[in-house]
Amino acid sequence: MTEPTSDTLLEVSGLTKHFPVRGGVLQRTKARVRAVDGLDFTVRRGETLGLVGESGSGKSTTGRLVLRLIEPTAGRVVFDGVDVLKLGRGAMRDMRSRMQMIFQDPYSSLDPQATVADSIGEPLSVHEGLRGAKRDGRVVELLERVGLKPQHLHRYPYEFSGGQRQRICIARALALKPDLLVCDEPVSALDVSIQAQVINLLKSIQRDTGISLLFISHDLSVVRHVSDRIAVMYLGRIVEIGDSEQIYTQPRHPYTETLLSAIPVPNPVTQRRRERILLRGEPPSPLDPPSGCRFHTRCQYAMDVCAVEEPVLAPAGRGSSACHLHDYGPGLGGGTVLDLEPTHRPVPA
Amino acid sequence: MTATLSPPTIESPAPRRRGSGRLLRRFARNKWGGVAAVYLVLLVLVAIFAPLVAPMDPLAQDLNAVNQPPSAAHWLGADDVGRDILSRIIYGSRVSLIAGVSSVLLSLLVALPIGLVAGYVGGLVDTVVMRLGDALQTLPALVLALTLSAVLGPGLRNATIALAIVFLPTFLRLVRGQVIAIRKETYIEASQSIGTPGLTIMRKRILPNIASPLIVQCAVSMAFALLAEAALSFLGLGVQPPEPSWGRMLATSYTYVYSAGWQVFMPGIAIVVTVLAVTLFADALRDSLGREIRRA
Repeated sequence: MTEPTSDTLLEVSGLTKHFPVRGGVLQRTKARVRAVDGLDFTVRRGETLGLVGESGSGKSTTGRLVLRLIEPTAGRVVFDGVDVLKLGRGAMRDMRSRMQMIFQDPYSSLDPQATVADSIGEPLSVHEGLRGAKRDGRVVELLERVGLKPQHLHRYPYEFSGGQRQRICIARALALKPDLLVCDEPVSALDVSIQAQVINLLKSIQRDTGISLLFISHDLSVVRHVSDRIAVMYLGRIVEIGDSEQIYTQPRHPYTETLLSAIPVPNPVTQRRRERILLRGEPPSPLDPPSGCRFHTRCQYAMDVCAVEEPVLAPAGRGSSACHLHDYGPGLGGGTVLDLEPTHRPVPA
Repeated sequence: MTATLSPPTIESPAPRRRGSGRLLRRFARNKWGGVAAVYLVLLVLVAIFAPLVAPMDPLAQDLNAVNQPPSAAHWLGADDVGRDILSRIIYGSRVSLIAGVSSVLLSLLVALPIGLVAGYVGGLVDTVVMRLGDALQTLPALVLALTLSAVLGPGLRNATIALAIVFLPTFLRLVRGQVIAIRKETYIEASQSIGTPGLTIMRKRILPNIASPLIVQCAVSMAFALLAEAALSFLGLGVQPPEPSWGRMLATSYTYVYSAGWQVFMPGIAIVVTVLAVTLFADALRDSLGREIRRA
């Protein structure tokens, strides 16, 4: 490498994915689901970027777009200085060894007919041509790294618990020593007691290897625990991105504030006294997102401008927020929304 | 009852557990499946060692024994030219087994790669392949087999090819459908994210996971092939005389059904029992493999 290695590992700009909805006799495109609509973010070397949002906000699609498991409609994905979307078939295959993924459901992400050795050994045989004892030797190392035992080598997935399966998936993803690991809700399918173990494993691997994580989750307490920075998604867009602590303590976007108020507090007394912000109605359909700010239909601070003009991500504190409150109305100028008085009280359902 | 609580076994030495062992155990639970399996194994042995097992030459004519009922000399009697029916049935099993096994294998050989690619790649390839398969499937199986054998000319080899063509759309459809069901599984996406080439994914990830229903379909088709071969031979399109075949034997003996009925029944029973055995075997196989699929 002649180029000086920059601090940025992954740079995503204008990333967009529209899924066509076909119908009728001729299978014409009737409408388009705007699953991901113009994302910009970066992941630095060795950092964890948390990606949060409710179901249908486009988190998982984003993860798959970054790895080019699905082709984006528009945008750029630059990985370590290389535009991933322009790579040919062979170069893309080589690139895959540097970016790996862990999936949500550890029950369906392992081939039920393949032994642990075959599953974890797959990347090793595809990219390094390892076979037999050589491959198994490496697999045993990986098993031990993720807290499993060498004697698990020839067992089948059904012999393992969910947490153990996710460890196997992590071992498989780490086999090629990738620079980026996309974790798509890696602990959502696990028992709470197991979640912490798997997350701590990921953290310790990151400490040892300096791997970057793109950590996708709807669980804010999990994301807070692992992330250096956090991006909050709503209906295919990033509404706020910034330093993890700041997002949690001084949110710059009303949607972030709403999400935070939904995190349960372990103390029942505090939990009861706490004011939760209830969102009105269902999230709007990504088939036909609201005009202006996509959140204005459910926002407790919505102003007239919000329905007309789409806010852009602008610097706010140690991050960015896409909200008109910073320029119009109260003119927060990048301050937190926590102190605002709601102008639209949510109607209790 | 002191010290009844033994310390829990932490880590039993890892036995190499194989899927086939569990399969066999479950299969053995089905009584009729087991009986059928034993019968089929015996049948295969008899077919292979026919010259050793058969009491007589199946082509040798004994004119003193024409249309003779079962006796000590001819256990199952003799046919219209005095050939030993038992020996002919034993030799005829070769024809039935060859026709049954090779037509299914031939069909699978063609349908498997095409179905895998059609299901995995999808799109235009899939549409073209499946429409061709649909066209073939509009014709009734036996009629198609008859027509094809008539066009290709009589003989065991051509009858086998005709049957293979008849099976083609069924296997194509099955393979493709199974591939489509598996293709959306996360472990396929995981393989893709690793960068595993498509052909390797089809071979190592998809094929083992669609094997169970395929094996069952093979057994079911074999039962049909046995019957169809008998029908083709009966109509003179399969095995040619004097070669012994169960269908052929039915064809020559049915004229004596009133005077020497056992001649019809002997090959008839052989056909019925064998088809039944293959079907029971397929059923038992499906039941014992079914659990595998459900868990997966």
